[in-house]
Amino acid sequence: MADAAPPLAPPRRRHGRRESVWRWRRSDLAIFALSWIAGMGLCVITSALVAFFAVKGAQYLRPNLLVQSPSPSVSQAGSGGFLDPIEGTILLGAIGLVIAVPLGVTTALWVLEFGRPRWLARIVDSTVEIIAGTPDVVLAIFGLALFELGLFAPLSFGQPGGAFGRSFLTCGIIVSAVAIPSIYTATRNGLISTPRQLREASYALGKTKTATIRRVVLPAIRRDIATGSALGLGRIIGDTAIVILLLGATLQTQTQSSTPILGLLRGTGSTLTSYAFNASPAGDGNAPTKAYAAAALLLVLVLVLNWCVGRIGRIGGPPLHTERRLGA
Amino acid sequence: MLERLRRPWPDHRAEFLLGAVACLLAVAIVAMVVFVARGAWPTFSHDGLSLFGSGGNVDTRIGAMQNTTRNPPASAYAIHAWPLIYGTILSAGLALLVALCVSLASAVFIVDFAPPLVRRVMGPVIRLLAAVPSVLYGLVGILVLVPLTANHIVTTEQRRSVEYVIPLSGGVAVTVVLLALMITPIMTALITDALESVPRPWREGAIALGLNPLRATIAVSLRAIRPAIVAAAGLATARAIGEAIVVSMVSGGVSFAPNPADGTIFLFEPFESLASTIIRNADSISAPAIHSTLYAFAALLLFSSLILSLAAYLVRLPLRRYQSTS
Amino acid sequence: MSILAQRIRIEPQAEPEPAIERLRLEDVSVFYGGIAAVKNVSFPIHQGEVLALIGPSGCGKTTLLRTLNRLTELTPSASHSGRILLDGEDIDEIVDTELRRRVAMVFQQPNPFPMSIFDNVGFALREQSRRRPRRHEIAPDVDRALQRAGLYREVRDSLDHSALRLSGGQQQRLCIARAIAQQPEILLMDEPCSALDPRSTATIEDLILQLREDLAVVVVTHNLQQARRIADRVAFMYLGDLVELGPTEQIFDDPVEVETREYVAGVFG
Repeated sequence: MADAAPPLAPPRRRHGRRESVWRWRRSDLAIFALSWIAGMGLCVITSALVAFFAVKGAQYLRPNLLVQSPSPSVSQAGSGGFLDPIEGTILLGAIGLVIAVPLGVTTALWVLEFGRPRWLARIVDSTVEIIAGTPDVVLAIFGLALFELGLFAPLSFGQPGGAFGRSFLTCGIIVSAVAIPSIYTATRNGLISTPRQLREASYALGKTKTATIRRVVLPAIRRDIATGSALGLGRIIGDTAIVILLLGATLQTQTQSSTPILGLLRGTGSTLTSYAFNASPAGDGNAPTKAYAAAALLLVLVLVLNWCVGRIGRIGGPPLHTERRLGA
Repeated sequence: MLERLRRPWPDHRAEFLLGAVACLLAVAIVAMVVFVARGAWPTFSHDGLSLFGSGGNVDTRIGAMQNTTRNPPASAYAIHAWPLIYGTILSAGLALLVALCVSLASAVFIVDFAPPLVRRVMGPVIRLLAAVPSVLYGLVGILVLVPLTANHIVTTEQRRSVEYVIPLSGGVAVTVVLLALMITPIMTALITDALESVPRPWREGAIALGLNPLRATIAVSLRAIRPAIVAAAGLATARAIGEAIVVSMVSGGVSFAPNPADGTIFLFEPFESLASTIIRNADSISAPAIHSTLYAFAALLLFSSLILSLAAYLVRLPLRRYQSTS
Repeated sequence: MSILAQRIRIEPQAEPEPAIERLRLEDVSVFYGGIAAVKNVSFPIHQGEVLALIGPSGCGKTTLLRTLNRLTELTPSASHSGRILLDGEDIDEIVDTELRRRVAMVFQQPNPFPMSIFDNVGFALREQSRRRPRRHEIAPDVDRALQRAGLYREVRDSLDHSALRLSGGQQQRLCIARAIAQQPEILLMDEPCSALDPRSTATIEDLILQLREDLAVVVVTHNLQQARRIADRVAFMYLGDLVELGPTEQIFDDPVEVETREYVAGVFG
């Protein structure tokens, strides 16, 4: 039987008649509307927020602000830029990461690779959860109490009755706590998702557990550690309360002594967050334009870090709920 | 000696060292509780339960405390912090209510109704909202929302009616909105993840019985993830209770207990929370009476966040178990 | 003629009364993306009969079953052509939720909801109406469904216990009770006994034979002996085509097509 032309394929349908939304219960209809409003509303609010700071940043952020030091002044024009707060943010971020990454990674490694006795591992696991849930003011207060002890004078400087307790070092030590949960969780997820075969192959070759961790496991979870660190760094540079309480609240970076690095670490200063806070009507400042500029810069930094997280992370990024601490 | 360090380490040494570092964190938590309690001890011992009571103006009390010297008398520590406690609970509670509705609705939206394009965008959107530093929310509040409410929403009559007692501005309303905005992303993320891990057979079974998608989600999935919702709410509340920066920037800075019976004025009455008071008086912390008072507030915050965190952890434990067996 | 052409053989039988046709498939094809999982299938399904769909893995029998209550729509890439008529109505024209009340499905793995037994069986009754009915309003229907499913006597004192505590066989009977609580016209069963032990399997097979009095039952099964035991008619599918359809005895004892003969003889599976 010769066909002149192939017969037309019958039309294909994806779906038939669906129940109309109007036939739903009234409460369901309300929830339906609410869910659309909530979902789209979140998108709208986020874009509005970013757009707002973009506009304000474009208005008020000038390159000269980035290189001038701030000076206390009544008028906005004379109050200088925020070079020192930028330095402070970078320095604090560095100190915080240097402390948080080894701590977080080591803790996760121990809990998952060794983790004996079991009750201890569970305690440590819940400890990280507790740190994640503790308000940053409480962490700051603890830091103050701890570092005001004369014992820790080398970290800031001595005072009659103990120590001053406020310096880049002390602030950095405490602010690392807001990054530890992110790094811990990211490392933990990475360890859980490395295939068992990887480790078993290494053991089969006669390597010890330690060597396996060093040579096989850690390189495999590099990405997760990087993701967690980026998330943690975002938290650190966004934190305000710990900075206010523990960084000494000097507008410009003050070194403690003349020793090059140690003097700086023991010194006081400010960060973009504390600067913005102080420049707003809530602080002493009277410079809302400077506050907007600093805030816009801060948002750019945070967005860049967030974008990095998306790029370096595993497919799809970390599960949404790894982020328990919000920017403080 | 360097030679010995470079040779591969035996497992038990590595385990011990790693474990020691891990336990450092646990030790730090214990130290935190101890130090905060120690600093708060004078206030607790001198005031006892009257700390939780009301009476007197907190602001004036703290102002008076600024002049205390070493070893002040017991009366110097006296303070009734009820307005602050009430402010904390009120703002966190209302924010939780708003955030719960919004995050449940958004989670259902993401899982059931969002068009594929929007759905892909929601993940980054939520991550972004969660990453915004709190000082930025505070700035938006104090530079935009508060003037907006003070100048355009609060009427002159309303203001005059309470003129001699308190200034009306953003107050409760702005604080609750901002707090809710801050805690919604994390709740949405947790609830969405939980919804997506409800076993597919349940959802298929509900659809096959003739339920529309929303009904299926509400009747089966939401019901199944109730522990996750509770855990998310617990974490969010802990976050809202401890938020100091935003509250200190927009709440109005007057330790007043907003009265719901005042009608709409209630929304604009100022208040203070425990956390915001700590931040605002941080400069005077060297005065002993203020020192122990602020530590006492910190102790209250620490205690409540501990309880909430632990409760959320315990509630999620059985959830983890049922998820792994399904 | 090539194997790919569709052939249906229905032996004329002396039936006591004409069987009412509940469902009719007309030239139905189902596609996932561009790939055809079911090709040009047509046959009727009558009330009071059990139709077994048999065939090797991947032959399209489950896909065909899921098309009957439009559950394939849950898969974004699925599309279909042809018509399926339920009591003369095109199921694509019937509202989907209404269709699934009339055509119920029981799955391979028992999937009781994490609720009490009563809540499970009454689930559809409660959730579908505009106003949520009170417990006493639906209790008679729940009891009746449990009785028809043969589960009532075992659970009547523990209706408020969690359904997850039941054994596998009981859970499957619960799912059957849940499915028939709305008194559907057609019951679709996707390998209902494959996850169960032999005793539960026997119980459910008896149940199927009882249920067919009021319903039309379509059972997908891998188990040829089971098909033999419970089915009135058997449809053999292979690679998406309906190869042969006929009464049980004919398919097993004297099949027309070569593939059918080979499959029931176990040459391939």
